[in-house]
Amino acid sequence: MNLKEWIFTTDHKRVGVLYLIGSMAAFAVAGVMALLMRAELSTIGPTITANPTQYNVWLYTHGAVMILGFQIPALTGFFANYCIPLMIGAKDVAFPRVNALSVWLFYVGVILALLTFFIPDPPDVMWTGYPPYSTITTGNTAMYSFTVLILGFASIIGGVNFLTTVAYMRAPGMTLNKLNIFVWCTLAAFVLQLIFVPVLGTAVSLISMDKYLGTNFFDPTKGGDVLTYQNLFWFYSHPAVYVIFLPFIGVVYEIIAAHAKNMVFNYKMVVYGGVGGIVLLAGEVWVHHLYVSGMADWLRIGQMVTTLMISIPVGLMMIGLIGTLYKGSIAFTTPMLYALGVVFLFLIGGLTGIPLAVPSLTLGVSDTYYVVGHFHYVMAVAGTFAIFGGVYHWFPKMTGKMYNEFWGKTGFWITFVGVNIVFWIMMDIGVEGMPRRYYDYAHFPQFEGAHQWMTAGAGILAVGFAIAVLNWILGAMKGEPAGDNPWGSPSLEWSTVSPPPHGNWPSPPSVAEDWHPYGFKKA
Amino acid sequence: MKGKRMHDKIRRHAAGLSALLLAAPAWAAGGAKAESAIPDPARDWDLLWNEVIFDISVIGILFAIVTAWFIWQARRRPGNEVGASPGLSPASAVGWVVIPIFVFLSIDLYTAANGWVLWNTFRDVPAKRMEIKLESGMYSWDYTYPNGVRTQNELVVPAGTPIVLRMTSRDTLHSHYIPDFRVKEDSMPGRITYLWFNPTKPGEHIVTCAEFCGVMHGYMAGRIIVKAPEEYAAWMKGEETRLAALNAPAETPAPAAKTKPAKPAAKKT
Repeated sequence: MNLKEWIFTTDHKRVGVLYLIGSMAAFAVAGVMALLMRAELSTIGPTITANPTQYNVWLYTHGAVMILGFQIPALTGFFANYCIPLMIGAKDVAFPRVNALSVWLFYVGVILALLTFFIPDPPDVMWTGYPPYSTITTGNTAMYSFTVLILGFASIIGGVNFLTTVAYMRAPGMTLNKLNIFVWCTLAAFVLQLIFVPVLGTAVSLISMDKYLGTNFFDPTKGGDVLTYQNLFWFYSHPAVYVIFLPFIGVVYEIIAAHAKNMVFNYKMVVYGGVGGIVLLAGEVWVHHLYVSGMADWLRIGQMVTTLMISIPVGLMMIGLIGTLYKGSIAFTTPMLYALGVVFLFLIGGLTGIPLAVPSLTLGVSDTYYVVGHFHYVMAVAGTFAIFGGVYHWFPKMTGKMYNEFWGKTGFWITFVGVNIVFWIMMDIGVEGMPRRYYDYAHFPQFEGAHQWMTAGAGILAVGFAIAVLNWILGAMKGEPAGDNPWGSPSLEWSTVSPPPHGNWPSPPSVAEDWHPYGFKKA
Repeated sequence: MKGKRMHDKIRRHAAGLSALLLAAPAWAAGGAKAESAIPDPARDWDLLWNEVIFDISVIGILFAIVTAWFIWQARRRPGNEVGASPGLSPASAVGWVVIPIFVFLSIDLYTAANGWVLWNTFRDVPAKRMEIKLESGMYSWDYTYPNGVRTQNELVVPAGTPIVLRMTSRDTLHSHYIPDFRVKEDSMPGRITYLWFNPTKPGEHIVTCAEFCGVMHGYMAGRIIVKAPEEYAAWMKGEETRLAALNAPAETPAPAAKTKPAKPAAKKT
């Protein structure tokens, strides 16, 4: 294997694998941050560090790197790159060199984020970077701004690339209603990225201008306004949740259809109602992050309704998933376990989000561990399970080899138990008043036992994830040959050899009129 | 004021809608006729919260059981090597979109209407109240009473009087969170935000900061001490005497002196 070939590759599959390696490294680092925080919180008072700023840096790194360095790049970088050209029957993406630039920028962004550990005064502004704190802290806010800008730019050029690819490079006969659900979901996510990332770029740029260049966008004593930043930030960062949700639910659709060998239930409902509905609503719900921020009351009420209405497209997508399981032929393989895990975790996370859509109920639980538990269920853990399930699902395609099924399932169950211990308890003490982002909880001594359970749970789930990653590494090195289509799926990516060569197919494929990516037939 | 009338109108509609959607839930009725008695937002919060948690638990458990049943029924076994999902006719495909939309939408609007009623309880400040100014800063809560008395991190209030906090911040964002009263609101420089709570009986309640405000965010805590009205009056008298002694040699009047002459609200209850 030639390192230079990999660095300068323009092959979408290699770019995808580079994205996977980078984002898994980011996941490992941000995961260690979570473990350090859990260790710190295991007792009241200083446990492993006596410096609250140290804890805040871990917290910043965990949030920013998990979202910007792990989930978004793994979903819209790795899965999109690896799967979309194969699923639509294209030789490569529309702009292979732009694709290479995108992954380079991603590495620059991740390295910048990880430099946090080697500079004096690292950023300690949370991943939200709210002023006035971010403009007066001694921490390095510029680092935060540049990390966001570079990763955002990488994502935007990826978005342009994939929209063009799907628009112009589909195989002959591949009509829009024959696209995989994952392709639709990822396209929608890229549309959201293209619309909303510039807003985030604006927000973090203005922060750094305020802090370093003497502007006063957010300083009320000089005509600025503090709340403007929160609006700009969440105007992107709520759609960002759908940038994560859409591809991960797309991955879950692919896994469930392939391992239940079943037609996706009501395809057009899922695509136009589910994916389309989310795109339409994504930009009109950001104020639910600002329910206790001092926003205008009428806006809080208005966006309560739009936020609750998100249940419609999301509910349609859940109906699609359950309908696909119905009368299927379900094999309980490792990817399927992860996908079913997502269904149940997302169910908990989605339903616990309903009270958070209601401003009056939020007055009690906003900024508590309830919110943290909720969004870990609905986005963080569900998304990560989908990513792990997806890597298992396409592992035979990427490597031509099979992972170890026993260790795969073991890893899944360990993680599944761990996350439920951590995040269920987290929601529970949140309702009782435990606020988030606390280095110490000296005035809430009643929660110490719960915190210790959560720390234990975090240790358990980390073991499960480590088993999964080891399983991939060992499987890639010396797994059994898997064959070209181990799951018996008609989806186009399984029609080529494993791993696919540069150019994907010896001659470009075309699809027949009665072909459908989910048209499973009796062997 | 037009805005106020509009507000009331919207509120009546919301209450009516909620009554329409569910046959007179107790708490919606409580929200609608709250004009006479002083409402207790914390109690209403508990009622709505429990209701919503109960509803989502029922939905979640039913959904989980159905899903688990489907999964078990559809497990791969001899004779079931490939899925056999029935094809949908165009009419049923549309039905599977339209009917769930109406089901979800009715749940949404029902939740929204009741949430709205409670929201008005939390935001409509009772006419009979005590207004206290709060300036938050790294890392303390500084309260100023109508008569100029100041306290830090300890707010003493009389039981039975609704308390309104008019809040601002001298540095970063803070959020005055009183878990026992189920209420919080951010404070920030350059704007005045408010929250109100109804301390019904004597006791102590913790106040904690719920918006990341800086290095010592986790240590930014205070107490609300609710005293019986007579005890509160005695305490306030002592504080006033202390304030007068402090102000006597001072050249400049305390900034709080600009506010209207204090009328101890406590005596009304």
